[in-house]
Amino acid sequence: MAAIELERLERRYGERVALADVSVRLDEGQTLAVLGGNGAGKTTLLRVLAGLLRPHAGRARVLGAELPAERWKLPAQVGYLGHEPLLYRELSGRENLRYHARLHGVGDERVDELLAAVGMAQRADDPVRDLSKGLVQRLAAARAVLHDPALLLLDEPRANLDPAAAELLEPLIGRASGRTRVLVSHDVEGALGESDVSIGLRDGRPAAVGRELYR
Amino acid sequence: MIAGARAILRKDLLIELRTKESVPAMVLFSVTVYVLFHFGLDRDSLDGELASGVLWVTLLLAAVIGVTRLFAAEREQGGIDGLLLAPVDRTSLFVAKAAALFVFLTAVELVAVPAFALLLLGPGLGGALPELFVILALANLGVAAVGALVAALAAETRARELIVPLLLLPLLVPLLIACAQATEPLLRQDAGPEELGRWLSLLSLYDVVFVLLSIAVFDFLLED
Repeated sequence: MAAIELERLERRYGERVALADVSVRLDEGQTLAVLGGNGAGKTTLLRVLAGLLRPHAGRARVLGAELPAERWKLPAQVGYLGHEPLLYRELSGRENLRYHARLHGVGDERVDELLAAVGMAQRADDPVRDLSKGLVQRLAAARAVLHDPALLLLDEPRANLDPAAAELLEPLIGRASGRTRVLVSHDVEGALGESDVSIGLRDGRPAAVGRELYR
Repeated sequence: MIAGARAILRKDLLIELRTKESVPAMVLFSVTVYVLFHFGLDRDSLDGELASGVLWVTLLLAAVIGVTRLFAAEREQGGIDGLLLAPVDRTSLFVAKAAALFVFLTAVELVAVPAFALLLLGPGLGGALPELFVILALANLGVAAVGALVAALAAETRARELIVPLLLLPLLVPLLIACAQATEPLLRQDAGPEELGRWLSLLSLYDVVFVLLSIAVFDFLLED
C-alpha cells in the first residue's frame, strides 16, 4: 500500500517556485531519499509532507490523508526531525519530552525509555541550552519517535552526531526502525545505500540523481 | 482538549519562571509609569476619572509587553512547528495562551495596583478592593482573550512589536472605557459604586464576545 503519493506537486513562496512537477510514490516500510543542493526544495518537500505547508498545485496523499484538506490526520502518524530540534532551551530534556508526550497523549514511561535509548538518561535533567548540538540532536530524535509514528520525515538526521551516537539512534530512526521514512541528505552514497526510492531536486524540480545535483 | 491546553500552559509558566522575561518587564513598566505620573503631575493624590484613567491606561500598555512576548518561546525555538505537528487542536492552544496571559496580568497587578495606590492615591483603595478585584478579573479575561488572538496573528510577522499595539489597543478601547468607568466611582472620595453593575455587565459582554470570537477564528491563524 502506498504511504506517500505525490503527483505533479507544486509549492511556491510568493512568486518564487520552491517545488514544481514533483511526482513520487513510496510504499509502506520503504525509504525515500531526497537529494539536492542547498535551496533545491528538499526541506520544503518535507514540510509539505508533514502538513506544515500547503501544496499549491498537484496532488499529495500521505498515509491516506489528502493534503491539505485532511492535514489533521497526520500529526498522530508522522514524526518530524528537521533542522530545528523543536525543544525549548530553558527546559530540560526530560521536561521537553514529557511536554511533547502530553501533547501526543503518551505516558511518562515512554519518555524514560527513550532517554535511555538515546543515551541521555544521565543528562536528562540538564537544560537543553547547556547541551552540545549532538546531544540536542539525540533528544530531537527521541522527540520525533515519541508517539511511535508510522512515517518519519528526516532532514539530515545525523547532522552533529558522532559515529557512536548515529549507531545508537539507528534502531529509532534508521532503516532498522522498520518505519516508512523520507530521508533528506547531502550524503548521496549513504542515502542511496539505505533507500528504496530516490528523487533528486534542482531548483525545486526533479533532476537526475547524482553528483550533478550539487554543481 | 484540556490535557493539551494544560500541557502548553504548564510549559509556558515554567519557561516564564525560568526566564523571567515577561512579568518582571511588565511590572517594571507599570511601576515606572506610576512613578512618572507621580512626579509629572506633581501630585501625591489623584481621584475619580484621572486616577482611574492612569491606572487602566498603564495596565493595558503593560499588557502589550506580555502580548508581544506570548509566542516568543515558540517563535525563537521553533515551537510553533512543534505545536502544529502535535495532535492538539488550535482551541487548546488559544485556551493555554490566554490562560498564561491571564496569570501574567494577575501577577503584574499584584505589584502594580499597590504601587499605584502608594504613589498616586492619597487615602488608598480601602474598602473598594473587593469591587476592584472583580473589575480586574473581568478585564484580565478580556485582555487575555484579545491578547492571545493578536499574539497569534503577529507571531510569524517581523514587525510584531509594531503590529501588536496597532491591533491590540484599538480592540481594547471598549474594555478600557468599561474598566475606567467602573473604577472611577471606587476612586472618588465622595461617592460609592453607583453604576458598577452596568459597567460590569458591559465588561462581561465584552469578555463573552471576544472569547467566542477568538475561539472561532483561532483555527485559521498560524496557518501556512
